[in-house]
Amino acid sequence: MGRIDTTFEALKSQKRKAFISYIMAGDTNYEKSFEILKGLPEAGVDIIELGLPFTDPMADGPTIQLAGQRALEQGMTVKKTLEMVKLFRTENNHTPIVLMGYYNPIYSYGVNNFLKDAKNAGVDGLIVVDLPPEEDEELCIPASNFDINFIRLATPTTDSKRLPKVLSNTSGFVYYVSITGITGAASAKSGNVGPEVQNIKKSTHLPIVVGFGVTTPDAAFEIASVADGVVVGSAIVDMIGKQKSTEEILDFVKSLTDGAHKA
Amino acid sequence: MEESLFNSFMNGPDQNGRFGKFGGRFVSETLMPLILDLETEYERAKTDESFWAEMGHLWTHYVGRPSPLYFAERLTEYLDGAKIYMKRDELNHTGAHKINNVLGQILLARRMGKKRIIAETGAGQHGVATATVCARFGLKCIVYMGAHDVERQAPNVFRMKLLGAEVIPVTSGRGTLKDAMNDALRDWVTNVSETFYCIGTVAGPHPYPAMVRDFQAIIGKEVREQIQLAEGDGVLPDTLVAAIGGGSNAMGLFYPFLDDSDVTIIGVEAGGKGVNENMEHCASLTGGRPGVLHGNRTYLLQDQDGQILEGFSISAGLDYPGIGPEHSWLHEIGRAKYVSITDQEALEAFKLCCLQEGIIPALEPSHALAHVLKIAPTLPKEHVIVMNMCGRGDKDIFTVAKALDIDISE
Repeated sequence: MGRIDTTFEALKSQKRKAFISYIMAGDTNYEKSFEILKGLPEAGVDIIELGLPFTDPMADGPTIQLAGQRALEQGMTVKKTLEMVKLFRTENNHTPIVLMGYYNPIYSYGVNNFLKDAKNAGVDGLIVVDLPPEEDEELCIPASNFDINFIRLATPTTDSKRLPKVLSNTSGFVYYVSITGITGAASAKSGNVGPEVQNIKKSTHLPIVVGFGVTTPDAAFEIASVADGVVVGSAIVDMIGKQKSTEEILDFVKSLTDGAHKA
Repeated sequence: MEESLFNSFMNGPDQNGRFGKFGGRFVSETLMPLILDLETEYERAKTDESFWAEMGHLWTHYVGRPSPLYFAERLTEYLDGAKIYMKRDELNHTGAHKINNVLGQILLARRMGKKRIIAETGAGQHGVATATVCARFGLKCIVYMGAHDVERQAPNVFRMKLLGAEVIPVTSGRGTLKDAMNDALRDWVTNVSETFYCIGTVAGPHPYPAMVRDFQAIIGKEVREQIQLAEGDGVLPDTLVAAIGGGSNAMGLFYPFLDDSDVTIIGVEAGGKGVNENMEHCASLTGGRPGVLHGNRTYLLQDQDGQILEGFSISAGLDYPGIGPEHSWLHEIGRAKYVSITDQEALEAFKLCCLQEGIIPALEPSHALAHVLKIAPTLPKEHVIVMNMCGRGDKDIFTVAKALDIDISE
């Protein structure tokens, strides 16, 4: 069993919800993001999404786009991101790391080389925004051969006819995008999200986490109450962008994880 | 090129939207159901005679089609080689080929009940065409345009506003055409139910590359008939030449001739300051490599790590780091040849066209013409070249004046 499955099993037996945080690798520079990365598990983060910077993040709002630009300006690459994960694994062998980004940098690296190096570095899952099920042959199927989870997004536009296709090769967990829109834009209402999560649950045994638009401990609590976990990205990245100290950032993360874990 | 292959080139894309390995549907899940709906609607319209009848009526009475196929007599004499014909798509309403495609997409949007149209634009020609057709049908129009382009294409920005469109200057990323496309996609992902995304070129996720090509193919279909009227029954052009940014005017001219093995096909990319390691150009095929951006796999300008590079060209309409996937495929299988022309060469062709033919061409077809200037003198007098004069140059006079160091401000 991989780290992601193990983590959800453990959370289930503790009757706790998962808190998943997103940060961009290399933002605002390699050292700073590594320092934050290392501190996340202690701040209560159960699963880490680590962003792979890309020049053209079509599904992201300005907060994540600027984070990617900062990272790229500091010379962040796919290779350095994988090195960062490897270094993280020398001290932490249990917190799952999911790389999240866009396909072109991976395609450019070479799919097989990437999967080999990612596995070797200790990456557990991938979220690649611009690879829908129609393009499963590209990376999703190859990833399963390396026992790397391919985590798919389900969205409000994913109707019941399409849902089985979205779920078919998904592993690890399902990421329900709570809004139609880009990251960091609108806020999600737990009242709408709950029924959607229950609807997806009819078609899968995988845990369902919800993200997009969650920015406060209260929102984290509300969303976590109606799902198996909650993802917070832009709100954390925004603090990193504002050059807050690592301590302040991790304190904020702690307040979010406390919110989610009360659920 | 094997003769046996010549009856298959017009079959693409396959059911997954692929031209060979190029094309595809690389979009986020939110958009996937939307492009599947669009594909269904387009497939239905494609074989619906009433759809094409409506298009035909508008092409004739609103756009002014067919555009003339003009024998450029003085230029031919001047170059003393092949016969040069110009397909005059710059005479269309709004001054470029862009409206051919926009009409098709807006008719589809109407069939789908979409009331809000979004578009991206570089030079502003596609934005103007979209604003125009939206005004004609009373639809809300929002155009995303890189802040840099808003500045250098001020007349087109004003045109769009006169036509009732909202122009949103894009400052994300580096504020260029690719960023405008990113922001249009972000808009679409946010306003899914009422919005139709009218893409201006043969790129993006399937079915856009095929659909835009089919709407632009009217260019090549007309040329096929017109050249026979001019040169005699059964005569086809020996060489086709067209400029390529995303590649819609070129695909429109080339497509009806893909299976004619005697027709040489040449696409001309923007070489900017020269296609070399400085990467100050927009020649995706001659200076890039395959990658995935904006919904399709195609040749892209990118660095070693797969990060997208900015293009550079004097022509805002060619300033895009990618190219339509069908061109990537035609390039790899060798059916079409792709070359590049520098800013300087395009400027020289621009000036010559003004003086020799009394036509002020846009900077985009000036690239195609520049290549014609290179090859025509080397070819026999009976050789027939058709180049696509895909846009008029009024919008570019300020850019040209600046490049020639001439002050035309009051």
